[in-house]
Order: sequence, then C-alpha cells, then structure tokens
Amino acid sequence: MASVCSLFVGVIDLDLPSLFDGDMEQLKILVVSRLPRLLAILCTGVGMSVAGLIMQQLCMNKFVSPTTGATISSAQFGILLALLFMPNSTLWGRALFAFATATLGTWIFVWFIQRITFKDVVMVPLVGIMFGNVIGGITNYLAYKYEMTQALSTWLVGHFSLVLRGRYELVYLVAPLVILAFLFANHFNIVGMGKDFSKNLGVHYNLVLFMGLTIAALITASIVVVVGSISYIGLIVPNVVAMFKGDKIRGTLVDTALFGALFVLVCDMLGRVVIAPYELPIELIVGILGSLLFVGLLFYRLKHGRRAIRLKGPTFGCGAGVSDLEGGADEC
Amino acid sequence: MFVKELTKKYDGKAVVDGVSFDIPKRSVISMIGPNGAGKSTVLNILSRLIARDSGLVDFEGQDISHWKSKELAKRLAILTQSNNIQMKLTVQELVTFGRFPYSGNHVTGEDMAIVERAIQYMELAPFRDRFIDELSGGQRQRALIAMVIAQDTEYVLLDEPTNNLDIYHATNMMKIVRRLCDDLGKTVILVLHEINYAAFYSDYICAFVDGRVARFGTVREVMNKEVLSKIYNVDFEILEIEGKPLSIYY
Repeated sequence: MASVCSLFVGVIDLDLPSLFDGDMEQLKILVVSRLPRLLAILCTGVGMSVAGLIMQQLCMNKFVSPTTGATISSAQFGILLALLFMPNSTLWGRALFAFATATLGTWIFVWFIQRITFKDVVMVPLVGIMFGNVIGGITNYLAYKYEMTQALSTWLVGHFSLVLRGRYELVYLVAPLVILAFLFANHFNIVGMGKDFSKNLGVHYNLVLFMGLTIAALITASIVVVVGSISYIGLIVPNVVAMFKGDKIRGTLVDTALFGALFVLVCDMLGRVVIAPYELPIELIVGILGSLLFVGLLFYRLKHGRRAIRLKGPTFGCGAGVSDLEGGADEC
Repeated sequence: MFVKELTKKYDGKAVVDGVSFDIPKRSVISMIGPNGAGKSTVLNILSRLIARDSGLVDFEGQDISHWKSKELAKRLAILTQSNNIQMKLTVQELVTFGRFPYSGNHVTGEDMAIVERAIQYMELAPFRDRFIDELSGGQRQRALIAMVIAQDTEYVLLDEPTNNLDIYHATNMMKIVRRLCDDLGKTVILVLHEINYAAFYSDYICAFVDGRVARFGTVREVMNKEVLSKIYNVDFEILEIEGKPLSIYY
C-alpha cells in the first residue's frame, strides 16, 4: 500500500507541470505557485493525518482528531488574537500565537476528558466538538466586534489558492515534527494503552502525553496558519489505515502520512478540475469525500457483525455515529 | 521487599490502615479478603501505581518511590484489571513492548530471542500475528503474561488475573502463576477472590479485612475454619484434597 501511495504521489508530481504549464506556459509560475502549492498540500496531508493519529492514540479514542479535539478552533482563535493585538504581525507572529493557543486548547481538552472519565466513548468527541464550538463562538464574536470577519474567513475555510512562495514556508515545520513523532512512536503507543500499562514499562505517562499533544497541536497550528482549517483528514486517514494495518504507530505512521498526502492531493485536484478555471476550497471537497468515506467506514464495521449503529440526530451526526461505532468495537 | 505501616486514605476514610508484612522471595503470595478490604489498593501501592499517604515500601533496600521508573520496570512488573486493550496490536508487538525498559526503540536480536521464548512459553506461537482485540479473554491474558515474561522482572504483581475467565482458563492461569515461580524463579504477588485457587496454588496467603492484615501466613495457617469464618463472616469447612486444604463455604 505504501509503495502504491508513493508511486501515485510521484505520478501526480510529474503530472503537475504538464497539466498546468499548458495553461500558464511559464516556469516561473511553476516555481512561485505550483511547487509551493504541491509541497503545502503534501505537508498538510502528512501533518493533519499524523496529528490525528497521535491524538487518537494518546486519548485512547478513535474519534479524537484536531477537529474533534478543539485544536483547530484554538489555533484560529490564536490567529484572531494575533490580528487584534498585532495588526502588522508577520506570518511567524501569527504562527506563534496559534502555536500557543492550539497547544493550550488541546491540553485543556485532554485534561478535561481525563478528569471526567467518561464511561461512554461517545462523549469524548462530543465534548471536543462542543468545546471547539465554544472557542469558535468566541472567535466569531470577537471578529464580528472588531470587524475582522473577512480577514478571519481566510483561516476558517481551508484552501490552497493563497499558497505562494514567501508565505507558505511555515508548513515545512511539519517535517521535523513528524520525524519527532516517529522517534517517539513507541512511547505514544505505550501511553495509548493506559496509565498503569505505561507505568509498568517505566514510561512517564503525563510527560509523554503532553509532549505528544504538543507535537500534534504544533503540526495542526502550522497548517492552519498557512492553509486554514481542514477537517476530516485527521479523523478519516488514521482510521482507514488502522483498519488495514493495525495500531502499531511505528508501522503505520509512514502509511498514514502517505495516505494523508495522497488524499489531500486528490481532493485538491478535484477542487481545481470540477469548476475550472475557478476552484473550490479544499475544505469543501475534503468534507464531501471525507464524509462519504466515513459513512463507508461505518457500513464496513456494520457488515462485520458489530453492534448496530444508531445515528443520533443530525446536529452531532459525526460525533454520535462515531461513538456508537467505537462502542460496537468495544464488544469484540 | 517489605511494607511497613502502610496507610492510604480516600476522603478521610482509611482504605489501607497500618499494613505491614514481608514478602518472601521466590514464592507465590495471594492476597484475599472481602470486597473493599484494601487488597487491590495495597497491590497498587506495592507497584507504585498509586501513592501512599504514609508508611514505607522497601524494594531491595530502597524506598520504592526513589527508584527510577525505568530501572524499576526491569525488576517489577504489574498487570492490572484495567488492561482492556482495544488497540490493534499483534501479540508479537505487544510482547515486544515488554523489552521497552531495556532497549527502548532499538530492539536487539537478544530482545527478539527473549520475546520468542516468552511467546513459546505461553504457547502463543499460532497467534503471534493476530490482533489482541480479536483474541478471546484467556488468550489475551496469556499474551499480557507473555509480555511480563519478556519484561524479565524478578517480581510479578497481578490484580485478579482470573477475573472474567471461565473455570478452564482461570485454572490454566493459576497453573501459569505457579510455573512463573517454580520454573522462572519469580516472586508472584496476586489479588484473588477465589479462596481455593489461593489455597491450591500459592505458598503464602495474606488476608485483608477493613484495610488491615487479618492474617499473613502459609497456606495451612490461613486455611483454617476459624480464621476464614472471621474474615468473611460466613461458615467454612476445610477439606483435604491432594494434600492441600480446600474450603467449602455456605
């Protein structure tokens, strides 16, 4: 699977120039816009799915992700704060704010779900979604009050059309962070098996937990600052890969990263092709494809004889469906 | 290893109250007692999973809280009931984690040999590539024990290892516990609810009542009509089977 992924990535990489040079006929565009865009896409796909993978393992819940764990909304809140307090802030300035709030938001969320040990796996992503919405609400209120809604909208809906040389390099941060995650993969695995389990093996539970969350939050924040919010990837990709490959992070991290990159790449191409010469924001495409995949995932589990899935109303459609699915898996 | 005047309070109520005893090496010690008598709490304090309020846990001449967690993980292993792992790890991967305190991320050939022996010892070879969440309760329990064997500790602490197992698997588990001591020379301390398992498979029994040690002694000393009746508040009869005392309660 990994080899197929990398092959595809390679193929598309090769395709890009021929596809778009036909329109633009300029190497400059390739260097200034196409190449950065491709790299940003790859970093986003890799980063979001790896961040999702880490968060799912550490929280012992298959449905925690940067979206359902309030990381993305916290990062957006940070960007707004940066815009408010430092109107002339650079990309890096905003990034610092986003790093701080994303990390803090994720910490608070995890601290909260650890405090209240929920019997029901449903509750964890639900609480995350609610917490994220609260932060999102504050963000929107502040933006509205200070007439920043338009500026903020850039970061609310993820898209790659503003990715140009000089204003996207921040996503490269994803690379060292993912490598760091790979180095600590076994630690994350052990912590994911519980506090007692990690203590037995002499692993410092809280330290690894918060370090892992910080890595996931930093990855997410650096993507949100450059591209904007992209949901679903951190949820779907690790789950799909784990279905085939299991949960040993050392073994699945590379697959997750490649599959994530491929997924975003395909979504981005679709977004650009469907209504060419205009383009749809990536968030939209990922949302549609992601939810389809997600429903597929639910049905796959259903077919394999697990407990029936009751969907609980559309408001929390994603969270509710998700948790019941996990509940079903518990029984086996 | 010994404990002295161990105390643990929850909300002002002492769950463990002045518990002291020595742990004889190379033996199986069962902790029994009614629900809420504090036996699991003591086991968790022994293994530094929960902190004590006062008292001393001496492990090889040093207070257990002064041990570096990685060093301690090479000498003392604990399996709690909360190990209901839902993770999709293969048996082989799980058992390999037992080598983590020694090798961290760099598993050596020697580690692999130890893991292999542990898998063979627990007769898990046919399941090595199966995901643990697909195994039966008994198989999963064996996989966890295999991990503890790979961890190669002198002390093994088990919290109700027969819980949720049927008679066949529970008896097998107790036989394994015995072999851990007899074949591999480990000191095994376990919490048990089934008194007869404790009587048949252990060397010493430590009986708890209301957070205190009601009786600590050899199996024969504790498996006594009066002692057991006082601990559990029910009538007991003691029988001899295969030269070991077994109890009937009604």
